[in-house]
Amino acid sequence: MKIIAVALPILLQGLQVTLYIFVIAIILGFLIGLVVALLRLAPFKILNWIAKVYVDAIRGTPFIVQLFFIYFGVNSLHLISLNSTVAGIITVAINAGAYFAEIIRAGIQSIDKGQTEAARSIGFTGAQTMRYVVLPQAFRRMLPTITNQSIISLKDTSLLSVIGIADLTQQGQIQASATFEAFKIWLAVGVIYFIIIYLLTILANIVERRIQLR
Amino acid sequence: MSIITVKNLSKSFGKVEVLRDINAVVQEKEVICVIGPSGSGKSTFLRCLNRLEEISGGEVTINGNDITDPKINLNKVRQEVGMVFQQFNLFPHKTVLENITLGPIKIRGTEKSEAEKIALELLNKVGLKEKASSYPGELSGGQKQRVAIARALAMNPKIMLFDEPTSALDPEMVGDVLEVMKQLAKEGMTMVVVTHEMGFAREVGDRVIFMDGGYIVEENEPNALFGNPQHERTKAFLSKVL
Repeated sequence: MKIIAVALPILLQGLQVTLYIFVIAIILGFLIGLVVALLRLAPFKILNWIAKVYVDAIRGTPFIVQLFFIYFGVNSLHLISLNSTVAGIITVAINAGAYFAEIIRAGIQSIDKGQTEAARSIGFTGAQTMRYVVLPQAFRRMLPTITNQSIISLKDTSLLSVIGIADLTQQGQIQASATFEAFKIWLAVGVIYFIIIYLLTILANIVERRIQLR
Repeated sequence: MSIITVKNLSKSFGKVEVLRDINAVVQEKEVICVIGPSGSGKSTFLRCLNRLEEISGGEVTINGNDITDPKINLNKVRQEVGMVFQQFNLFPHKTVLENITLGPIKIRGTEKSEAEKIALELLNKVGLKEKASSYPGELSGGQKQRVAIARALAMNPKIMLFDEPTSALDPEMVGDVLEVMKQLAKEGMTMVVVTHEMGFAREVGDRVIFMDGGYIVEENEPNALFGNPQHERTKAFLSKVL
């Protein structure tokens, strides 16, 4: 127990980094997903194609390869210099963005055509129809899948320890080798991840219940 | 004065021609009922009038605007043309009141309080004032359709299009909706109504259009069309439905 008491503050520091990266990346990822979903549904073949290539490329490659590509690959061109945190955020955002794009696209397409027709017949533009009529309904349906993807992305951030980001996993690694108490430390790290994800699920359920009431 | 003019309108879905050489004129304050067997193209015809359906050929002029002109601001035109659908298409995530005020507030820029006042008047008119804060999911079909009519009226349209407004309703709900439509007609609203309600067409319609196979087969005053149809196909259809 003493080991945990000593390691816990450090692990919680790591958790802070994990959450910081997660929150920024998931918001960015969601915005990317929204834009890409709209591109995918836009009435222009070239835009559909660009969006599809992006989604397929991300889905078809492992997260860690994407991370190395951005951190080592892009940096090796010496055009820009990304520090590990920025590279980590970008990777998680781009990765989540592709999955969000598919979730949002499916959500939009699940809304009955009659809703769009009703809005357009009132005189709403296509953009207004999306904003006031289609997206609010689509988001309600997407919420469980969005929660799911967010949890996956949160867990993916643990891979960022590989490029030296001092996240929860990285701190766990340091503590485990410093204390020789791998069992206890990794158990503690697992419990912390579990609690955070559990809280996230509860939060999502509350939001879901609130909007399903209508 | 004619408010709708349709010239040589045609419409194809791929290779299937659903409307062929449609010509029609609607005068202001007229009520036109469109009848015909299913698949005759009557709903497609109606949906071409606000270009919910892309028009393949011909000309449709609404309120002086040629809506087939690629440069036309369709949203502007549609604000003047209310539409009521068979499946109501109310916005399920919004209350009855919000359904009605959304257009006026977001499109016309009406003050919220003013829009709500008008919405409540309209709800009163369709007999549903007490449902203002309900969600569409809590209403019966007939109530939904009356809200949908109020929603369309909130934009203060010059023309109202009805696409089989009572076809999805339980029989006992049909009367309430038709009553609201009759009242509208009495107030001088220009209406084009695609319907299977022959009684309504006969009583309220100024003219009745019979469509079959994508053509307008016959068009006349209701008493003449129902009492003395000229074409074989009209006779055959009426003998089945009357």
